[in-house]
Amino acid sequence: MSAIEQRARSDPPRTSVPPSARSGMFGWLRANLFSSPVNIALTLLCIVFFAWALPSLLRFFFFDAVWSGADRQACLASPMRPHPGACWAFVRVWLAYFVYGFYPAGQRWRVDLFFLALAFGVVWLLRLSAPRRDLSAFYFFIVLPVLSFVLLHGAPYLGLATVPTALWGGILVTIVVATVGIVFSLPLGILLALGRRSDKPVVRLLAVSFIEVVRGVPVITVLFMASVMLPLFVPEPLAPDKLLRALIGVAMFASAYMAEVVRGGLAAVPRGQYEAARALGLSYWRMMALVILPQALQATLPNIVNTFIGLFKDTTLVFVVGIFDFLRTIEAARADPKWAAPNIPVTGYAFAALFYFIFCYGMSRYAQSVEARLARGGRR
Amino acid sequence: MTDPANDSGATVLPDVAVEIIDLDKWYGDFHVLRDINLKVARGERIVICGPSGGGKSTLLRCINRLEDWQRGRVIVDGVELTEDPKHIVAVRRDVGMVFQHFNLFPHLTVLENCTLAPIWVRHMPRREADALAMTYLTRVKIPDQAHKYPARLSGGQQQRVAIARALCMNPNIMLFDEPTSALDPEMVKEVLDTMVELADDGITMLVVSHEMGFARQVANRIIFMADGEIVEINEPKAFFASPQHERTRLFLQQILH
Repeated sequence: MSAIEQRARSDPPRTSVPPSARSGMFGWLRANLFSSPVNIALTLLCIVFFAWALPSLLRFFFFDAVWSGADRQACLASPMRPHPGACWAFVRVWLAYFVYGFYPAGQRWRVDLFFLALAFGVVWLLRLSAPRRDLSAFYFFIVLPVLSFVLLHGAPYLGLATVPTALWGGILVTIVVATVGIVFSLPLGILLALGRRSDKPVVRLLAVSFIEVVRGVPVITVLFMASVMLPLFVPEPLAPDKLLRALIGVAMFASAYMAEVVRGGLAAVPRGQYEAARALGLSYWRMMALVILPQALQATLPNIVNTFIGLFKDTTLVFVVGIFDFLRTIEAARADPKWAAPNIPVTGYAFAALFYFIFCYGMSRYAQSVEARLARGGRR
Repeated sequence: MTDPANDSGATVLPDVAVEIIDLDKWYGDFHVLRDINLKVARGERIVICGPSGGGKSTLLRCINRLEDWQRGRVIVDGVELTEDPKHIVAVRRDVGMVFQHFNLFPHLTVLENCTLAPIWVRHMPRREADALAMTYLTRVKIPDQAHKYPARLSGGQQQRVAIARALCMNPNIMLFDEPTSALDPEMVKEVLDTMVELADDGITMLVVSHEMGFARQVANRIIFMADGEIVEINEPKAFFASPQHERTRLFLQQILH
C-alpha cells in the first residue's frame, strides 16, 4: 500500500510544459528527423543530396552569375570567367520587354498604375482584417474592370491614346489573362454546377453538354476554337480582337473545370442542410447563396485554389494563338542573336520559373491560412 | 375563434390547422403512405408513433412539402399545398420544423442560425431579428451560447437551438421529426422539457416520437402508424389503457416494459 503511495509521490509533477526531451531544437530534431532507422537513413540521404546539389546551384545562380552587361559578350566564357553562371544581365536588359511587351514606352506608366490598382484590389479583397471588405468586392468586380480597360486599352476622350492589344505582352498579358480567367471561372463555374444539378431537364442538358464538351477537348483546341471560330459567328466589324478571343476561350475552359470542382463541394453538403433551409421558407437562390454554397466552397477550397494555380500556369498556352504572354517574351528574347550564349535559355527559364513559383506559392499559402482560420473557428 | 397564443392580430387563422385528405405516396413501387386522412385542430398536440419504416416521418414531411405525393390533398392553415411555389413558401413560413439530426447551419453562429430566415424570408431589420432570436434563445435557456458555432455545443443544446431557430419565424404549427432520437440519453430530458413548455403555450404541434412519457403528458391524440397506414388514433389514456388493434398492443408491449 505504501509502495503505491511512494510511487505516486515520486512521479514527476504534472505541468503544462512538456518534458525537455521533446521540446527545443534538439527535441524537434529527434522527433522529426532521427526518430527511427528509416528516418535517420532518409535524413542522411537528404543531407548528402543537398551537399552535392546546393554548391553548384549557388555557384551557377549567384557566385559565377553575370550581373551586368550589354550583350552576349558579357556572358560568354572568357579567360577571366572560365565557367560563366546565369546571365542576369540578359534579364536586366530585357526586363521592360518581359513586363510590358511592345506596349509603347511613353505609356507604360498606365500599366504600372494597372498593376497597382490590381494589387490594391487583391489585398483589399483577400485580407480578412481589411476595413470595409463589403466595398472591396464592388471595387474588384465593377470598378477595377472598367478602370483597367480605360487604362490599358485607352480612352481618347480622356486623353489616353488607344494601345491596340497586339502591342500588349509579357507579364501584363499573363496577369490580365489569369485574372480574367480566375474572376470569371468561379461565378460561371458555380452557375454551371448548379445547372448540372438542376431539376429542369433543359438547364441540366445545357450545363452538362457545355461542361463535357469543353472538358473533353484539349485546352489548346478550346483556344483555337475561340480564336478561329468566334469571328465566323460575329459580323466582321464587331469581331472581338485576338486577346479578347483568347480571354473568352480561357474563361470557358476555366469555368468548365471549376464547375466540376464546385459540384464536388455541393455533393459534400448533407441533404439535411437543404431540407432545413427549405423548411425555413428560403427560396432556391437564397438557400444556395446563404446556406449551401458557403459550406460547399469551404469544403472544396483546396480544390478551387488548385484549379486557380493550374489556370495561372495554363495561361502560357495562349501563345498558340499568337499572343505574347510572359513565357513567349522570354522565348522571343532568347532567340535574339545579340544574346546568343549557352547560358541564356537556362537564365530565362529560371526567371520564368521564379515568377510562376512566387504567384502559385502565394495562392497556395493564402488558401492554407484561410483553411487554418476556418478550422480554428471551430466551424467544422 | 383562434387560439389566443397565436392571436397576434394579422390574420384570422382557420380552426383546422392541418387537413390531409386521401393522401397516397409511393417511392417507386413502394407504397409508403396509404390513404391517409387526418384533421388537426388549432392548438392540438399530436404524437405519431409506430415501427420504423411505417411512414411517420414521410407523413410529417408532406405537411411542409419536403416530400411531394402522387394523390390526395394537404391543406395547411387554409392554404392548399400544390405545385405552386408561392403556396409552398407561404406554408413553410408558417410551419416550423425540427429534425432528428438538428440540421443547424455549421458555418453560422447560433445567433445567425436563428436570424437567417427572419432577415431573408421575413425581411426583418437585423437589429430586430437579433433581439427576437435572443428572446427565443433565452426561452430555450442558452442565450450565453449565442455567439458560438453549433459544433461547439452538445447535442441537447443544438436541438434547443434548432427549436429556437424554428420559433424565430413565429410559426403557427411546429413539426418535430424524432427530435430526441439522435441524442445521448442524458440530454433527452432538456429537449423534452423545452417541448413541454412550448405545448403549454398552446402552439399546434405534430411530433413523431417514441417518447411515450412525453406523449402521455402532452398529447391530445396519439396516432399509431404502420405500413403507411394510420392504424389507430386515440386519446392518450385510451391509447395506453385499451388499444383497439392487435398491432398497437404489440408495439406498446415492445416499447413499454
